[in-house]
Amino acid sequence: MFEIDWNILLPSLVVAGLVLVVLCVDIIRPDNKGGVSGYLSLLGVGVAIWVSLSLWGRSPTHGLGGMLFLDNYALFFNLIILAGTGLTIFVSTGFLEREEGGRSEYYLLILAATLGMMLMAAGADLIVIFLGIELMSIALYILVGFFRRRTDSNEGSMKYLLLGAFATGFLLYGIALVYGSTGTTNLREIELAVAQGRVYTHPMLLGGVALLIVGFAFKVSAVPFHMWAPDVYQGAPTAITGFMSAGPKAAAFAAFFRVMVASLGDLSGDWSGAIWMLAALTMTVGNLGALSQRNIKRMLAYSSVAHAGYVLVALVAANERGIAGGVFYLLAYAFMNIGAFAVIVALGRKGDENLEISGYAGVGFRHPGIGLAMTLFMVSLAGLPPTAGFFGKFQIFSAAVEAGYIWLTVIGVLNSLVSVYFYLGVVVSMYMRQPVGQAHAVSMTPFARVALLTASLGTLYIGLAPTSLLQMARQTVSALL
Amino acid sequence: MAVATSHYLILSAILFSIGVAGVLTRRNAIVIFMCIELMLNAVNLAFVAFARHLGQADGQVFVFFVMAVAAAEVAVGLAIIIAVFRNRETVDVAEVNLLKW
Amino acid sequence: METAVFYVLATIAVASAVLLVLFRNPVYSALSLVATLFAVAGLFVLLNAYFLAAVQIIVYAGAVMVLFLFVIMLLNLGHSEALESTVGRYRLTGVIFLCALLVAQLTAVGTRQLRGPVAENEALRTENVQTLGKLLYTDFLFPFEVASIILLVALIGVVVLVKRETPETT
Repeated sequence: MFEIDWNILLPSLVVAGLVLVVLCVDIIRPDNKGGVSGYLSLLGVGVAIWVSLSLWGRSPTHGLGGMLFLDNYALFFNLIILAGTGLTIFVSTGFLEREEGGRSEYYLLILAATLGMMLMAAGADLIVIFLGIELMSIALYILVGFFRRRTDSNEGSMKYLLLGAFATGFLLYGIALVYGSTGTTNLREIELAVAQGRVYTHPMLLGGVALLIVGFAFKVSAVPFHMWAPDVYQGAPTAITGFMSAGPKAAAFAAFFRVMVASLGDLSGDWSGAIWMLAALTMTVGNLGALSQRNIKRMLAYSSVAHAGYVLVALVAANERGIAGGVFYLLAYAFMNIGAFAVIVALGRKGDENLEISGYAGVGFRHPGIGLAMTLFMVSLAGLPPTAGFFGKFQIFSAAVEAGYIWLTVIGVLNSLVSVYFYLGVVVSMYMRQPVGQAHAVSMTPFARVALLTASLGTLYIGLAPTSLLQMARQTVSALL
Repeated sequence: MAVATSHYLILSAILFSIGVAGVLTRRNAIVIFMCIELMLNAVNLAFVAFARHLGQADGQVFVFFVMAVAAAEVAVGLAIIIAVFRNRETVDVAEVNLLKW
Repeated sequence: METAVFYVLATIAVASAVLLVLFRNPVYSALSLVATLFAVAGLFVLLNAYFLAAVQIIVYAGAVMVLFLFVIMLLNLGHSEALESTVGRYRLTGVIFLCALLVAQLTAVGTRQLRGPVAENEALRTENVQTLGKLLYTDFLFPFEVASIILLVALIGVVVLVKRETPETT
């Protein structure tokens, strides 16, 4: 038997307990339509954030039979994931009421997905990372299809499931080959085996790494494995789309970075070329795809593909500054993207979600607050100062230059310039186009206002005073390098 | 003389590739799903072959988890297919397609 | 003897896997997948994985495939589906990708080290279930708990997705 170090388990245990509590509340009060569970979930997410913060800065350990890590890296990702979850719950309360889809299972599934993501960030063994991915994915398949009477929701869910399960097959085959060639699935032991040359067959290990990259590339929606993203983002309930683009993406990158840099870092000469291609393609296809979109959810889907490309640049660089920059960028991205989706939710009405970008004409005058917030998020996504997006991108690109990847940086910067066009297109539509038709009242619940305000302040704060958060991001790096 | 591990791995690779081919060429969602199950089974075969080759039980435990997860995935997937069917009366992936840019 | 059994089972597995892809009727596809699963279960026995062979037949060929057949018949999908029209958009990419994958796998997998003798693990052969059970509740306790949460979520998800709301049905 082994001793259980409860500290390692604590953050995930809080969320797992929360899942069970919400489940019990659903059973006791089935008529609450998710009201009580929503508040409870928020409370629990707050507790989990507090627990993660209180564990910050301890010397890194691992436990539970070498299955979980407790280090700053995992804790920082816990913060990103939990912030995304918390904001999504804030956005969801009014959204569910409006769409009359309020059922208490909604929050339970969001929390289960959150637990899966936290395990992906903290997993010290490929089996835990695999189970985390599956827990997150299964919960997300269901959430995407949550509005089961809407065909686009159903079909998005089906497409996501088929492609997600397909990707899981590749990921598993990759794990199998890595296991076969190193004799272990434990990340630290893989690292040792590679470092000491205790590898059965080198070609097979490389085959396994290639398949792992394919599997992870699916999960972070990197080109050419991105084809699910636009349809699924469009079909999913809007609040869930925001959720999916922040937490799950961050968690997939957390596992991706840890596996590639910490365990397979010695092979970086073999894989960094592949990631280079992946990053360049992802940025370019994502931004070019977004240019031609009229539907704002599809536009943001392609934008999220493009942003995955920027973070992949950080993985190519794989130096201290790059990893810190990537981690920091994922935090900034969570705030600005969920903020943008909160605006989309706020501007929709029951039965008419108002998703065409042209439908945003005149919003800037009719609803000055919302217009201002949306402008902030778009500017940040485009990567213009003084916002979070600018600072994050600056970190990543300067790391790439530092590591000598000049061409990749040039591609990235050119892509950022292209992206300014379509992000500011939304702003232009809001402020400079004559609105068609009548103005509609926008009713935001207090919760949605809090979400919008938090996301805006977060985006501004990360952009204007990044030092302390960047310091935290730097402290995570030692877990990998 | 036991059959060499590489034979099992080649068989596993062939089964996996057939599964991938099925996913890419078929359109019926249920058949695609069955092809994915075939892929997972090929992976399981590889795990068990490695477990014997290395003389470890870990690979077999891994298969156990893959099976549990696959069962969960099948349940959810079939539920989604039923939900789609209720709304559209088809499970043809080609028709289930709002996509293209 | 063992070699002969291996080749018989391998042939069955590959042949029925090919049929799974080629059959137009989903019911036939499902039945040929069952045949593959049985053949793979036989290979598990050859590989000393007795417990997994049993689980494969009981859970996979039994429960999961019955679920598949049940849904196919419930939705009345037994009619034929044209294969000609199905090989569509992804054909070329798919074929190139597959060839690359297969070649890569065969070169990677056919290496000399893996043709050599296997490590003997007496416990795994003679006390298969005990060994797995002990591992599952010690080293793999944590993943085991996570798997239970996955199953719980799947259970709830199925209810969320397909349960009819009572007011509607009346």
